Amino acid sequence: MADLKVKIGNLEFKNPVTTASGTFGSGQEYSDFIDLNKLGGIFVKGITPKNREGNPYPRMAETASGMLNAVGLQNKGVDYFIEEIYPVVKKFDTHIIPNVNGSSIEEYLEVTEKLNNIDDIKAIELNISCPNVKEGGMAFGVKKSSAIAVTKAVREICDKTLIVKLSPNVTDIADMAKAVEDSGADAVSLVNTFLGMAINHKTRKPVLSTITGGLSGPAIKPIALRMVWQVSNAVKIPVIGLGGIMNAGDAIEFILAGASAVQIGTANFIDPQISVKIIDGINDYLNENNFNSVKEIIGGLMREI
Amino acid sequence: MKKIIDFLVSDVKWLNENTYLLDLYSEEKLPEILPGNFAEIRIEKASEVLLRRPFSIHDVDYEKNIISFFIKVAGKGTSQLAKYEKGEKLNVIFPLGNFFSLPKEKDILIIGGGSGIAPLKLMGKFFKENGVKPVFLIGGRTENDIFLVDELNNYGEVFITTEDGSLGEKGLVTQHPVFNSDNFKYKKIYTCGPEPMMKAIAKFASKNDIDCEVSLENTMACGIGACLCCVVETKEGNKCVCTEGPVFNIKDLKWQI
Ligand SMILES: Cc1cc2nc3c(=O)[nH]c(=O)nc-3n(C[C@H](O)[C@H](O)[C@H](O)COP(=O)(O)OP(=O)(O)OC[C@H]3O[C@@H](n4cnc5c(N)ncnc54)[C@H](O)[C@@H]3O)c2cc1C
Ligand SMILES: Cc1cc2nc3c(=O)[nH]c(=O)nc-3n(C[C@H](O)[C@H](O)[C@H](O)COP(=O)(O)O)c2cc1C
Ligand code: FES
Repeated sequence: MADLKVKIGNLEFKNPVTTASGTFGSGQEYSDFIDLNKLGGIFVKGITPKNREGNPYPRMAETASGMLNAVGLQNKGVDYFIEEIYPVVKKFDTHIIPNVNGSSIEEYLEVTEKLNNIDDIKAIELNISCPNVKEGGMAFGVKKSSAIAVTKAVREICDKTLIVKLSPNVTDIADMAKAVEDSGADAVSLVNTFLGMAINHKTRKPVLSTITGGLSGPAIKPIALRMVWQVSNAVKIPVIGLGGIMNAGDAIEFILAGASAVQIGTANFIDPQISVKIIDGINDYLNENNFNSVKEIIGGLMREI
Repeated sequence: MKKIIDFLVSDVKWLNENTYLLDLYSEEKLPEILPGNFAEIRIEKASEVLLRRPFSIHDVDYEKNIISFFIKVAGKGTSQLAKYEKGEKLNVIFPLGNFFSLPKEKDILIIGGGSGIAPLKLMGKFFKENGVKPVFLIGGRTENDIFLVDELNNYGEVFITTEDGSLGEKGLVTQHPVFNSDNFKYKKIYTCGPEPMMKAIAKFASKNDIDCEVSLENTMACGIGACLCCVVETKEGNKCVCTEGPVFNIKDLKWQI
């Protein structure tokens, strides 16, 4: 068994494989299929201050090697998470990392403040990149001044490891990453979904109720990988890579590009056991290539072709 | 408990040019499956199909460890699935979702149309085991779209409508004489089929104050309650069709009917 432990800020993960927010519920949805205790961490579904019903159906469209979603942060609010969901999932031996959302800085602060009071929660992921909400969400992640403002404000009241989730819908993601690093983020995760759209030519109607939605899955992997590589070269804080990871090979490529950990998203829908298979696959890769620790391959891209 | 199992294809039987029965065999003992439950099948052979596809469970043979699906070709996945050959592997997550409730009433009408007749056989079996004898009403465009009549006859009388009148009464299911509201005798309706059909039935049911359950086919990504893509608006807010459905009582839905 190779040493799979990685660190994000001060926080140790038993392995670099975590699951992406919005694709894994609170974790419990997958407990019939895998042993959740094996995961490095679980990024739970996006949380807002109050109950949100999200966008109307239809919210999903399969596209070539990917899918568009327009869920729109449906969740029962931070109090419900703290009282009903967290007590159930905290028993698992893995990091439970809430994904914090808001439509204003005050709302991000409200959610953060409540989560900050829970000792066992060691990290939060600040989602400034949701493309599916009218207010806030991605708006914070595509403008540098607002990304800085929300990160600084949350940093001030947050004692946990602060991971800021970046939007790929920007011209210079490395510049964004540096801006949130300078504003106090302990780590960045990228990418969230790409803004996309689907039309049914037969009905001449949009497929999604919101017309546009977020693209995820293998279709986005090459762009996500490029962005993780650019950001890793630009910042000193750890990078968590995601976007279209379907197997252990994909995960290793993100690690070679500079990611200290990865998140598995859409792939969970296709194979609910994939996250654990990826952990095993990374271990096998390290053994076969005579590495003792996964840390040895972080950013280990060999430049000569 | 939900399972993920590699089944082996044991039979693909075409019923007409776009409808087939798919039988899958497993070494593993099958869990209890209730009528209305569905499965998410991964169609790996079709490289252009990324997500699993949901299908109602049509029949179960617990002794032979076989589950069956009744499938209508709709697009890429359903056409590729029919090309699987005997002995090939298919990965399936099941049993998913809720199920049609056992009726408290005596006079029961079960209406199916299109691929929506898939769960009717299991309903018939389950109701019979519980001493309920329903009446079935199935509809199609022509005689060529009407299936399972003999099998459903084992569990209750079967009425038929076809749009061209080639079999049974001519017209849509809702134009069948049973819907003559003056002497409509059924106390509970169950229905599964195209949404316009279910909505027309729901409209009749709510107008005449008859209890009615419908099975929805919202598009799904995960099938297990994790993605929140499949929701339907209910009086208690959005609910997941994959976990809190697919069967809903129309009095809980916010259908504009
Ligand atoms: C709970 C549930 C149970 C179902 N049971 C059955 C069953 O027993 N037998 C059966 O034949 N079908 C059933 N369906 C519908 C079936 O899942 C779809 O026909 C199938 O997913 C289409 O896949 P495809 O790749 O062939 O079509 P695609 O190529 O993906 O799409 C072709 C066309 O079908 C439409 N479509 C795609 N998915 C769905 C969907 N889920 N519902 C309605 N339209 C869709 C698309 O909008 C498109 O116009 C069920 C659906 C659900 C949600
Ligand atoms: C259905 C769905 C819901 C999502 N919900 C959230 C969310 O609530 N918060 C968030 O930060 N990201 C959300 N995402 C984005 C994913 O976490 C991830 O960034 C994206 O899907 C790219 O990774 P993938 O290609 O591996 O899926 C969602 C994605 C999907 C497909
Ligand atoms: S399909 Fe994912 S929650 Fe229903």
